[in-house]
Amino acid sequence: MKYWVKEELKPPHGKVYIIKDRCKGCGFCIEFCPQGVLQESEEFNAKGYHPPKLVENEKKCIGCGFCSLVCPEFAIYIEKEGE
Amino acid sequence: MEIVAKNHPLDKYLRTDRIPHIWCPGCGLGTVLNCFLHALEETDIDLKNLAIVSGIGCTGRVAGYINVDSYHTTHGRAIPFATGLKLANPKLKVVVFSGDGDLFAIGGNHFIHAARRNIDMTVICVNNYNYGMTGGQLGPTTPLDARTTTSPYGNIEHPFNLCHVAAASGAVYVARWTALHVRRLKESMKEALNKKGFSFIEVIASCPTTYGRRNKMPTGLETMKYYKEHSVIKHGIDPSKADIEIGKDIVVGKFVDIEKPTFDEAVHELIKKARK
Repeated sequence: MKYWVKEELKPPHGKVYIIKDRCKGCGFCIEFCPQGVLQESEEFNAKGYHPPKLVENEKKCIGCGFCSLVCPEFAIYIEKEGE
Repeated sequence: MEIVAKNHPLDKYLRTDRIPHIWCPGCGLGTVLNCFLHALEETDIDLKNLAIVSGIGCTGRVAGYINVDSYHTTHGRAIPFATGLKLANPKLKVVVFSGDGDLFAIGGNHFIHAARRNIDMTVICVNNYNYGMTGGQLGPTTPLDARTTTSPYGNIEHPFNLCHVAAASGAVYVARWTALHVRRLKESMKEALNKKGFSFIEVIASCPTTYGRRNKMPTGLETMKYYKEHSVIKHGIDPSKADIEIGKDIVVGKFVDIEKPTFDEAVHELIKKARK
């Protein structure tokens, strides 16, 4: 019989990569991230939009990749860690 | 901290010298293209045997952004060009990527006859309810009462239900998704690419600049939130019951998935028989 060991079950973690100058500031990734990892940054990119940035608690990203699928500009992608 | 990158892993499928693309901020077209490239990456299609054909319009630009053999054709004639490609080179995997105006207004007849003959191709139609590139005129998919530049008091024409048209014309695979259902859309595109016969996917996408602005959805984000609240997944229902109306839920899902002999197989068999 196998027991469920809590320590063995670690949630997956993802690294967020952002290509800032491609962003057109539509906000899809910020709004629809299931973990609420992203927020609008204060800085401007070359086109004058605000690209997304990570919120303080960066460990929250589980690497589901929804942002990389929903981004219309090919400006964000995820690499899963620990696989 | 997030990591600032220069290249995207999907850049190998894109003509990166043309990126950023011309689509407006908040437009759903980029999302659909993104899902298509993800689907391509997850299927084992040889890129040398893939051809993308598109017509005129915002969606017609897709052929210019994907770095495979692509064909930007005259208005409404994407499907006839694709038919020719498929018949001349049966090894090719042909994908038609075009908008609702191109495929159903100007090219409406070509669509129904390609579906009737069951030509082996995948048709992805991005439906944004209007002619976006030319300034937001009324099209064959504009819902009743919607306001466009040519229907400022509300549309009085009944729109096409694209999935019903495709299913009634004889398509073997019919599905509808919105630009928010990215994962399901990607899976659906993979199924359609692997399907033999005329497969059709309708993707409802936002057009904030010309349609949304006049219909109380001025940004792409608001349109996407609307899809989140107002779309219902109903697999396998009769597509005639999946009309799109303002104020009603958008019915999405996979409506038709059947098997039928294709036209190009029949043609090449006939040629063999006639040569004996």
